[in-house]
Amino acid sequence: MAGQTDPDLSIFSSAEVEFLAENEVVEIVPNMRMEKLEMISGDFGPFLPQIVTKVPLWLAVALKKRGKCMIRLPEWMTVERLTKVLEAERESPREFQPLPFHYVEISRLLFDHARDDIPDIYMVRNLVEDIRDVRFHKVETGLETISGRTHAVKLKNLSAMEVNIVRPFVMRALQAFYKHDSPEMIPQPDVNGSKRQQVANHGPRRDLRPR
Amino acid sequence: MSYWEDEDPLVASTIPDVERLKRAWRNEKAAPEIFQFQAELVQRAREQVQLQEDNITVMQAEGTDDLTLSLYQMDLDRTLFLLRSYLRTRLHKIEKYMIHISKTELWDRLSEHEQGFVKRCTDAFEDHLEQSVLSHLPYGYQSILKQSISSEEDDMVPEPKLDAFVFCRSKGTIGAFQLDETGEEIVDLVEDDLYVLRYKSIKALVETGQIDLV
Repeated sequence: MAGQTDPDLSIFSSAEVEFLAENEVVEIVPNMRMEKLEMISGDFGPFLPQIVTKVPLWLAVALKKRGKCMIRLPEWMTVERLTKVLEAERESPREFQPLPFHYVEISRLLFDHARDDIPDIYMVRNLVEDIRDVRFHKVETGLETISGRTHAVKLKNLSAMEVNIVRPFVMRALQAFYKHDSPEMIPQPDVNGSKRQQVANHGPRRDLRPR
Repeated sequence: MSYWEDEDPLVASTIPDVERLKRAWRNEKAAPEIFQFQAELVQRAREQVQLQEDNITVMQAEGTDDLTLSLYQMDLDRTLFLLRSYLRTRLHKIEKYMIHISKTELWDRLSEHEQGFVKRCTDAFEDHLEQSVLSHLPYGYQSILKQSISSEEDDMVPEPKLDAFVFCRSKGTIGAFQLDETGEEIVDLVEDDLYVLRYKSIKALVETGQIDLV
């Protein structure tokens, strides 16, 4: 079935991550009347012209596609806020700024379907792309610190799509280090061997984000 | 059914079933081993789907506008996707580890239908291997479970890798958490932070619903 992923790596496909992001709530301003929708995923509406209401993103996009509403730009997506986030991302080389867990997918869906509802769309788009680039660069630098002593990695504020991208690599790398470092893998407990074992067991936890 | 029992029943009852299903689906997809089948949840989701299908038919007959109908249909399709993907993800795991599952306590985590599937699947698999390979091998190498007759354990049975690393997010602040038996590996689990940890060490937290796999 389309959208299903290779279960061996237990990765979510980007379509599946987008599916999850579409459940995030946004505000819309309808231009028509429609009764309350009593759905499996919850009750939404009633919809009245010019009255702001909250709906999941998939519903907002569906209405938007039919010209039935405008989508309000989430606060974090304004030029002002994004500029600040970008600055902060650049200033702290090891920390990730708090953004919505699905910021990549949400912004992408809005760029694709609600262009006319986003003031300064080119700037907003550039800012989001720059933020993504800076963050991803940090992720890559952070990955270099993974070693045999890594038994836990902390990724504060990493977003869903970023997790999805690094998942296969991180999982395999950690797995490989873990496997080759485990005491059973070190055959003869000679002097050197036991030393190595000690190091392996007592090593400090390495964060992607050292404290 | 230990998923949500730690939660305040009042709070728990306000979590919509779709949310629970989404969570069960995510965890099932991300974990190396199979979880307890969410029988009641799946049953409720099925009933809701059925009810909504009936509602849509009634609305169609009443001449409800196309827009409203299409929105209801989308909502229905999204729920159906979750439900199918949840069941399918389980089937993938079951196919992969069927012999291991039928020999261990994992067996009790399957639904009745899934257990039937394991039996049929194992039979077909054994017949096939028997005919195509095992019957042509010399004596002592014909077991489906063992490499040779000298193996003490069943060493040809794939098992889920419980020490695989998983991405997870803590739902509340758990505090210092011990990752290994010796207590040398300790991680401070803070609410909403993301971690990559060995599945084995946080297995219990996933089962009680304190941590979500992502």
